[in-house]
Amino acid sequence: MTSSPLPDTGTRPPSLLGDPAVRQVISASVTLGVAVGVFAISFGVSSVAAGATVAQTCALSLLVFTGASQFSAVSVLGSGGSAAAAFGGAALLAARNAVYGLAMAPHLGGRLGTRLVAAQLTIDESTAMAVAQDDPRHRRIAFWVTGGSVYLFWNSCTLLGALLGTAVDPVDWGLDAAFPAAFVAILWPLLRQRRAAIAAAVGGVVCLVTIPITPVGVPILCAAVGVLAGVPSREAEPAGGGRP
Amino acid sequence: MTWTLVIALAVTAYGFKVAGLVLLGGRRLPAVVDRCIALIPAALVAAIIVKDTFGSGQALVIDARAAGIGVAVVAAWRRAPLVAVIVLGAAVTALVRLAG
Repeated sequence: MTSSPLPDTGTRPPSLLGDPAVRQVISASVTLGVAVGVFAISFGVSSVAAGATVAQTCALSLLVFTGASQFSAVSVLGSGGSAAAAFGGAALLAARNAVYGLAMAPHLGGRLGTRLVAAQLTIDESTAMAVAQDDPRHRRIAFWVTGGSVYLFWNSCTLLGALLGTAVDPVDWGLDAAFPAAFVAILWPLLRQRRAAIAAAVGGVVCLVTIPITPVGVPILCAAVGVLAGVPSREAEPAGGGRP
Repeated sequence: MTWTLVIALAVTAYGFKVAGLVLLGGRRLPAVVDRCIALIPAALVAAIIVKDTFGSGQALVIDARAAGIGVAVVAAWRRAPLVAVIVLGAAVTALVRLAG
């Protein structure tokens, strides 16, 4: 369905598409691709509104290819922050992809070239879809199909959004709020975990308090202090701590 | 946005991905580091929401965006689909602006 190279995993069963698990992965990753596309459109619009050119906007999606970092950088620049502040927040958000890489490494064999391509596709969606599979072969398929599908949708829809952003006035259409609204939709499911809820609360409050007293963009960096919610090692959480 | 920043972001993001998947591959981080890195999105995304809802440069303001994001929060809470959350947030903001 995409041009992503499937790793050479030796003997491949004759009917890949006849495998129900594979069909399920493919349909799930296409659905995911469409959802990601909606984000990408709002990224494209916001990026252009923040002063990036269409080419720069597309380059960000093609090369950086990790949504939260792209959103963060554009958001900081859009409100007048420095390049350094924009870079700092985006880099912090990109760091989690290293953790996904560590998690995926045992499951993705193949030659160095294949792994270097796989690295670019190592993002939230591909990792989540892969680790949800039980079978090693399904894991690889889920990773490549999801990564490829998201890459395709993310980039084509970024272009669409960037062109749209140059055609309309984002403020008239409330598109500056599309940005944080998309993030509300991302954040909400994370809050079910107690630690994440604490991290989010601390991050939000720290940002609010530091906006008036630090340069634009720096509050996002200060908010990183919220990750310290992960320090206590006690796993036992009070019953009801994690909502269903 | 400058091309320097685009390239710096591209190199950094790809660097993290390669570091995890190709260079370190399969090694485990100390559990506490793992837990903290897993919380980066929650902490920073919450901050970005706050900044883009109430921030105007270095000032804190309550304007049409607060109404839009308020509705988006309710929509997310009611488990509305992603597209609905985004469209509601933008539409309410635009309408409040129009009315104001």
